[in-house]
Amino acid sequence: MANDPIHQFQISKWIPIEIGGLDFSFTNSSAFMVATVAAAGAFLFLTTSSRGLVPGRLQSISEMAYEFVASMLRDAAGSQGMRFFPFVFSLFMFVLVANLLGLFPYFFTVTSHIIVTFALALLVIGTVLVYGFWKHGLGFLKLFVPEGVPGVLIPLVVLIEVVSFLSRPISLSVRLFANMLAGHITLKVFAGFVTSLSALGAVGITGAVLPLIMTVAITGLEFLVAFLQAYVFAVLTCMYLNDALHPSH
Amino acid sequence: MFVASAFAASAQGAADATHTETGVASEGAHAPNFPPFDSSTFPSQLLWLAITFGLFYLFLKRVVLPRIGGILEVRRDRIAQDLDQAARMKEEADQAVAAYEQDLAEARKKANVIGQEARDAAKAEADAERHGVEKELEAKLADAEKRIGAIKDAAMKDVGAIAEETAASIVQELVGGRLDKTAAAAAVKAVKQ
Repeated sequence: MANDPIHQFQISKWIPIEIGGLDFSFTNSSAFMVATVAAAGAFLFLTTSSRGLVPGRLQSISEMAYEFVASMLRDAAGSQGMRFFPFVFSLFMFVLVANLLGLFPYFFTVTSHIIVTFALALLVIGTVLVYGFWKHGLGFLKLFVPEGVPGVLIPLVVLIEVVSFLSRPISLSVRLFANMLAGHITLKVFAGFVTSLSALGAVGITGAVLPLIMTVAITGLEFLVAFLQAYVFAVLTCMYLNDALHPSH
Repeated sequence: MFVASAFAASAQGAADATHTETGVASEGAHAPNFPPFDSSTFPSQLLWLAITFGLFYLFLKRVVLPRIGGILEVRRDRIAQDLDQAARMKEEADQAVAAYEQDLAEARKKANVIGQEARDAAKAEADAERHGVEKELEAKLADAEKRIGAIKDAAMKDVGAIAEETAASIVQELVGGRLDKTAAAAAVKAVKQ
């Protein structure tokens, strides 16, 4: 099934591991997680190893990523938020590199699986909850009671706030997952048109030019989406962490 | 033909998706066809995500981020230092310019003084020379006047003698006597005065 646009999301076991009836196999997904982490870590490590006072091109990419995330976090959560900088930076780099690696033909996209994005989103919300209660105690619950709301409306507002808080991990994870999934399916469908048209001889090859142009254009768009989704994920993380640091709106 | 095959492919995909949903609903996690919703792969993905992301986080936190932060800090310090130095150098340059201008003003003043002195000296010298010449001229003038006076006196004396002689001879002619020389001289003198 060469043209099946879903096939690219298939998980295949490389090294079967089973513990306690659960399947912990090392799969293609695991391999690409390792690849993502290794690529991002090696890039950041190697490009900064010369510690140049005047940065080279690659070193300035690492520095730009650092300052980009640092200013994002400082703008959203203030200078107190900088304690979460390693966390936000790791999330941003992981999502970004996983998205970008997924754009290579035949590569697996780690972030196209809801469980991965949901786990990352839960990690963010878990950090917000744990840090919020640890830092502010029950004062953290003020997050759900905005100031200046008339007493009659408080139950309704609190309900809305709680629902919006609970929907955060879902929206955070589904946004990233759906973007990657939809982008890759679209790409695959248009690329599939190219191959199936080309099989039809001269007329088909001429007709295949259009979907080919679309494929190229969508590939460009997907690069933008890969970066944008990593950025959105990191920005929302910063905003949620700001709630943990300053619960009273 | 190709439209049909493409349609078939997407229809297959749609069918897979619907089948996945129904499959999950009816049979639980029993090998659904849509991989992202296949819960049998969740434990493996979660474990490996935890391992890889955890190691990544630790590596970045311990090694990479302190290093990049250090690089940026060193650069910021260096730039601030260079800016300070530049400001200091500019101040020095400004001071040098001010000193130069002061020197220039002083030199100009000095030049004016020297010029004035030279002018004064030249004027004094010229005045002295003129005085000398004038005195000389005056001396010559006085000399000449004296000479003229002497000549005049001499001439006047001669005039007296001639007048005496003439008076004596006139008297002699008119009166016919001899006139005393001294009396004639006295008469001439009386007339002359």
